[in-house]
Amino acid sequence: MEKAIRKQFATKAKAANLNLAAAKAGFDYAKANLEKRGTFYIERMDKTAGKIIIDGNSAAALGCMFAGCTVVTWYPITPSSSLVESMIDYMKEYRIGPDGKATFAIVQAEDELAAIGMVIGAGWAGARSMTATAGPGISLMAEFAGLGYYVEVPGVIWDIQRVGPSTGLPTRTSQGDILSVAFLSHGDTKNIMLIPSSVDECFSMATDAFNLAEQFQTLVFVMSDLDLGMNNWMSDPFKYPETPIKRGKVLGKEDLDRLGGFARYKDVDGDGIGYRTLPGTSHTAAAYFARGSGHNEKAQYSERADDFENNMERLNRKFETARSFVPRPEITKGVNAKIGIIGYGTSHWGITESRDQLRDEYKIETDYLRLRAYPFTREVHEFVEQHEHVYMVEQNRDAQMLSLLKLDLKPELIGRLRSIAHISGLPLDARSITDELTSMEGK
Amino acid sequence: MSTTTVEPGAAAPGPKTNRIGLTVIDYKGGKTTLCAGCGHNAISERIIEAMYEMGVEPEFVIKPSGIGCSSKTPAYFLSRSHSFNAVHGRMPSVATGAILANRKLVCIGVSGDGDTASIGVGQFVHLMRRNLPIIYIIEDNGVYGLTKGQFSATADLGSKLKSGVLNDLPPIDTCALAISLGATLVGRSFSGDKKQLNAMLKAAIAHKGTVMLDVVSPCVTFNDHEGSTKSYKYVKEHEEVLQEVSFVPHFEDINVEYEPGAAVDVTMHDGSRLHLRKLEEEYDATDKIRAITRLNEAHHKGEVLTGIFYVNPTAPSFIEMLNVVDQPLATLPDSMTRPGKEVLDAAMEELR
Repeated sequence: MEKAIRKQFATKAKAANLNLAAAKAGFDYAKANLEKRGTFYIERMDKTAGKIIIDGNSAAALGCMFAGCTVVTWYPITPSSSLVESMIDYMKEYRIGPDGKATFAIVQAEDELAAIGMVIGAGWAGARSMTATAGPGISLMAEFAGLGYYVEVPGVIWDIQRVGPSTGLPTRTSQGDILSVAFLSHGDTKNIMLIPSSVDECFSMATDAFNLAEQFQTLVFVMSDLDLGMNNWMSDPFKYPETPIKRGKVLGKEDLDRLGGFARYKDVDGDGIGYRTLPGTSHTAAAYFARGSGHNEKAQYSERADDFENNMERLNRKFETARSFVPRPEITKGVNAKIGIIGYGTSHWGITESRDQLRDEYKIETDYLRLRAYPFTREVHEFVEQHEHVYMVEQNRDAQMLSLLKLDLKPELIGRLRSIAHISGLPLDARSITDELTSMEGK
Repeated sequence: MSTTTVEPGAAAPGPKTNRIGLTVIDYKGGKTTLCAGCGHNAISERIIEAMYEMGVEPEFVIKPSGIGCSSKTPAYFLSRSHSFNAVHGRMPSVATGAILANRKLVCIGVSGDGDTASIGVGQFVHLMRRNLPIIYIIEDNGVYGLTKGQFSATADLGSKLKSGVLNDLPPIDTCALAISLGATLVGRSFSGDKKQLNAMLKAAIAHKGTVMLDVVSPCVTFNDHEGSTKSYKYVKEHEEVLQEVSFVPHFEDINVEYEPGAAVDVTMHDGSRLHLRKLEEEYDATDKIRAITRLNEAHHKGEVLTGIFYVNPTAPSFIEMLNVVDQPLATLPDSMTRPGKEVLDAAMEELR
């Protein structure tokens, strides 16, 4: 206890001593005056041996450091601020080069528009760049998100979801930004989302997010939430990332010597992903003109209908390619289950407990698919096909993920979907899921 | 004083080359699509000249811009440099990110008066505060050209639109704003003044912090009529030149003697010299307060004041303040950006 109090008040010796004294006074009083009633006893166990305790934002910060992130820009907003603050601490400790200089730049921007603008500028110039924000910041970033999508610039945006609309409940949790982030920006913009459920995934998905951003030359949004981001969770220690740092299709001087030139937005490989160059590449054919206005394969300004259409179709092809590269869902089977549950993010914990309740109290077996990304992978469609009823469990009013899935599914499968949606602002509990599911199943 | 360039190729036959062996053609861009006579085209020409004369490697230049007529111009110079035509009023953040990613880049950001002083004023003021190494150029005509001639926030009080509408709001003086916020080389020029603009652009290239140049650049289509304060005629009649600006790059060995007191010689970060021959005796371009006062006076008198208003060649740049490694962050090897397993183990140990 002394260790914990000293850590909490690390820079305030006076406060630490006062709190220690208070804790000791309480302990001594209890020892002297309280009589043990009740039947429960505490026994010392080793169930937590080797475990760590960490919040999701710190786990994400660590993950981003090991993902090779070099530029971080941000504007403080609850509940995302601690992600970057944690990153500042880690980077200062572990990412200073031998000459005492930083292998990163962290900049507090004047607002979220500037934060994402800097992410895009840095990503365009070749850095692994990121920012962290929450709902109101996401709204402000909408215009730039479309630029990132259309100019095809890598960048990672952590959305630590709080409760909206508007300012909403800044200190409560939800999964309310799913739809707006999936289509963030005007005019047919679509974005890749990764969805961690645990502190371990906050750590590991950081590398996935940066790799996907650079491989697909687009913004990748990591959809955490306040419950995961700001609360402490117990976990096994994180494993050192096995995934290498993948920088995507970047042509250097030697490539250009060999090729003679390149067309920035040409689909050379049939996967919808073009080749890019970085500013500062010493070759006379390296430059291209990045622009948010209409452009052809060579990145030249174009208002031609066929150029616009071809480019938008290629962007769609790229998004389709991403289906096979984003983290696959995790599927847990019941015994001969006819009912499927789909959940994501922190809903996972309530769902896990609810499945036990359903089995123990109602003899209802369920299969469970935990989504980890958008666009949906093949397994999601198969899962719906395999079940009579599929309950999408999520923490928003409008069944946002369900709506997204409806857009993706064959029409005859849509009728199988049912929604269990919660918006209390509190973490989703198992009983609410069990009650709603059994009521809809007529139990 | 003229700024003759050392030309290594001059003795040999063939086209003239600069100190890195490139011809002026190597700095050209595409053909302009702006109106004939647009001031912006002249500015593009001066940028080509200045980059050529300074011997800047085009592949290490980036040309971010916002949205508007001005922001189209990066297509008309330095085709061998990367461009980024971003969103309206938000070029500063994109430029900032790019410079953070690669500190070796020479960044020339092009904006307009609407892009800067109206929709972009938020990002503009914060850019000025950071002293980021960037040359920020406002091609300033006081109107929106692409949307057919509405006032921007640099239009002078009482200036008249073609339709006869009078501007009844005071202008934002981007130079005064930039000086008070922390930009370290600030001046105003006129697209028609080849010599002055050339010298100012070369000084800009030599400077290590934020350069803010407001270049009055008449719009021949929407703002060149009687009653406009941004017309060719008005600027020519009302221009007050603060100093004769000349520039000697560090790679040239030219010594010029001037009477003491008549001129100020500023040694730039790279050893180049910015020479300001005073036309107003009491003016001191290292005095911020004096600069802002003089700009206010100019507004009262209806002058179009041009020259270098403020210069501080030694203030630390944003990149220096961040203390980042010398190599570009963008291309650091994984060994420098992904710490080893022992670091994760240590971090995990702290969390047990």
